[in-house]
Amino acid sequence: MPKLKINGKRFDVDVDGSTPLLWVLREQLGLTGTKYSCGIGLCGACTVHINGKAVRSCIMPVSSLNASQEIVTIEGLSSDNNHPLQQAWKELDVPQCGYCQPGMIMSAAALLKNNPNPSDADIDATVTNICRCGTFNRVRRGIHLAARINRNPNKRGS
Amino acid sequence: MTKERINVSRRDFLIRSTALGTGFSLGLYLPLKTNSVFAAQTGSPAVPEAPEVNAWVVIEPDDTVVIRIARSEMGQGTLTGLAQLVAEELECDWSKVTTEYPTPGQNLARDKVWGSFATGGSRGIRGSHDYVRKGGAVAREMLIEAAARQWKVPVEKCRVANSIITHVPSGRTTTYGKVAAAAAKLTPPFDVILKDPDEWKLIGKPVKRLDTVDKTNGKQLYGTDLNLPGMLNAAIRACPVFTGKLKSFDDSKVRKMPGVRKVVAVEDYAVAVVADTWWQAKTAIDALPITWDKGPNANLNSAAIEQMLDEGLQTGEAFVGNHQGDAGQALKGAAKTVEATYAYPYQNHATMEPMNATARWTRDRCEVWCPTQNGEAALRAAAEAAGLPITQCDVYKMLLGGGFGRRGMSDYVTQAVHIARQMPGVPIKLLWTREEDMTHGRYHPVTKCKLVGGLDKQGNLAGLHVRISGQSILASMRPPGKQNEIDMVTFQGFLPDGDHAISYTVPNLRVEHAMRNPPVPPGFWRGVNINQNAIYMECFLDELAHAAGKDPLEFRRKLMADQPKSLAVLDAVAKKAGWGKPAAKGVHRGLAVVKTFASYVAACAEVSVDDKGKLRIHRIVAATDPGYAVNPQQIETQVEGSFVFGLSALLYGECTIRDGAVEQTNFHDYPSMLINEMPKVEVIVMPSGGFWGGIGEPTIAVAAPAVLNAIFAATGKRIRQFPLKNVNLRSA
Repeated sequence: MPKLKINGKRFDVDVDGSTPLLWVLREQLGLTGTKYSCGIGLCGACTVHINGKAVRSCIMPVSSLNASQEIVTIEGLSSDNNHPLQQAWKELDVPQCGYCQPGMIMSAAALLKNNPNPSDADIDATVTNICRCGTFNRVRRGIHLAARINRNPNKRGS
Repeated sequence: MTKERINVSRRDFLIRSTALGTGFSLGLYLPLKTNSVFAAQTGSPAVPEAPEVNAWVVIEPDDTVVIRIARSEMGQGTLTGLAQLVAEELECDWSKVTTEYPTPGQNLARDKVWGSFATGGSRGIRGSHDYVRKGGAVAREMLIEAAARQWKVPVEKCRVANSIITHVPSGRTTTYGKVAAAAAKLTPPFDVILKDPDEWKLIGKPVKRLDTVDKTNGKQLYGTDLNLPGMLNAAIRACPVFTGKLKSFDDSKVRKMPGVRKVVAVEDYAVAVVADTWWQAKTAIDALPITWDKGPNANLNSAAIEQMLDEGLQTGEAFVGNHQGDAGQALKGAAKTVEATYAYPYQNHATMEPMNATARWTRDRCEVWCPTQNGEAALRAAAEAAGLPITQCDVYKMLLGGGFGRRGMSDYVTQAVHIARQMPGVPIKLLWTREEDMTHGRYHPVTKCKLVGGLDKQGNLAGLHVRISGQSILASMRPPGKQNEIDMVTFQGFLPDGDHAISYTVPNLRVEHAMRNPPVPPGFWRGVNINQNAIYMECFLDELAHAAGKDPLEFRRKLMADQPKSLAVLDAVAKKAGWGKPAAKGVHRGLAVVKTFASYVAACAEVSVDDKGKLRIHRIVAATDPGYAVNPQQIETQVEGSFVFGLSALLYGECTIRDGAVEQTNFHDYPSMLINEMPKVEVIVMPSGGFWGGIGEPTIAVAAPAVLNAIFAATGKRIRQFPLKNVNLRSA
């Protein structure tokens, strides 16, 4: 029975070990913010953090995980929607349909954690999530704005 | 929808989702506030509804204004725009506005009081601006009258702003929340006068979307996220070959797999596994032995389809969509003729959220929860599949994780109901895999187009003959929509007048369509036929301009004397992009302009192509004249997004057919553009007033031709087959 640590809480999940983390989150734990879209680790809608790194949870069998790993989902990104990316996303109205956005935000959050001041090239290399509505230019602006908010939490100006 | 405003006890219902094995549970709040039937069944306390002033406006005692939205939100921002239209006339406090969807069943029961629910053709706002504003104005008048009656003063002495009604002579005030219940009992005024556009305060403002926050924290529920009490999950596999049937399946192989409850045939062409979780259902259907009767299309392939279309380019028989002067004579007498043949492939909508629907069927009622662009069509489909009168069915709309036209179709609703019928009383959520979604789409139709243009001695366009050969969407989807057998939608962008009129005055013009309908189901795909027709027309005009030795901008301008609005958007992009002035080294420009969905749009693209043929799209300047710009920021985002959709199609979009099935199965072989390919987009919103044009689709049409014309400028190569992933831009 896999033991997991998700958003700071420990869970025992009664599930076949081959079940991808995505489906454990969505169907066992009710954490539906992490989305299914391609199922082959390509589109990024299922992105979560494991020990601070962005991973595609749809191809991550739950048996490969243990409770020493810190798993963070979009629901655990902030306590009150106050992550700089969430603030920036709201400020710029980044999402359209929004389905890819939890994954997009988690990819961007992992980037900012490692690189607080990413260049456009850094964003290009790291954020490989598909968005069919086409929010890319606002995603880019949102990441830069979040980096500014991070540096100076009281001054949000773009 | 902002969650804070939802009054759970009264207007929502709570769903408990049990975490298996842990006893951990959490509540999910569903934004289905009108769903009182279901609320009652799930044990939510029955309490009176807040006063409905009229069909469009509900006002709660705390002054929360709930605006009813009939059209579907799928990212295009129409929910916020429609709320702005109602609120403009209502004179309410915008900061207290929230929204809800009425159901198509309620619409039916109330004599279609909300008009059409269909959300396609960039029609959300332009198709309902009039009656939704009227809805807001009627509610405002009723609220003022209620206050005036309470105070026993004449209505004319009262004013309203920001949900506060003031009796001017006495200075007394009250709020909408306080008089809403009384207002709801009044007879609505017979008629109201709408504001003039120059009186608008909220329409035209780039107000923030009403639905952003929950999309940033995982709280927003989509159809895929629904979890009803006792719900089971279904995975489906339909015959991969078009029109093929289900012959048999051997459920003994999967019945004992974990979680599996039932394996069911779905009509005569598909089979589904119902299990406790979707992952279990999906795992089981992957293991299920299925035999198909592939039927007459078992050997269909792309080459055969291309032959059909090639034949249609040659044959004498064709429908005529536009006919001016005598194109044949003009071409015969031309000093120079130019000929080119273009082809456009099948494409999948590829919404990020795969098709899904949740259905619960009993002998006397059927309910469906689904993302749909057409609530009423989904309701009809549900009733038909349920075998019940439509009045005993309803559809609860969920936010769409992308639509792009795909969710105007209801095939997935029909399937969900057929599955649910086989397990009465149990809510069943059907979710397609990406592979099912890629191979059972309603594809952007294929066409080919042969164009012959004649130039006179001065290099002016004297005649143009356009022969389109290919698939009709209406013939497959909506046969009664044809006019004398002609599918006029095929001619988008070539028509003599109307929402999709040609942008040029060509003295001798003939545009024809040889209808050839391969057995691949076509559908309305964001932009529809303007996408390829704009490539045909705008790239060929570029070819003609070069053949005439003329500047592509000037060549176009000369044909646009009678099209001032098209000319204005074209001039605007040319000016801002610096047309005629040198671009950066290695960077080349291309233009495109169309009128479509009643809006005027143009683009100027800047690209470079390196020695190896690698394309880089640096910058696109785009202009839109939609008549009225309800929310300029939303227009900007739709224009930016349209380039992603249009350029993804140009770069990568292609579904090929082999052995009667679509070959592409996921994003590895049907890629979509990523952020690293995204050009800078500069948007000019230039509403000229006097008409209402669409926003969600028009700009897609100029994306590809502007880039293709820039590629020609960079390389001297004309690309006439798509997508570009198949082409080396240097050696093509």
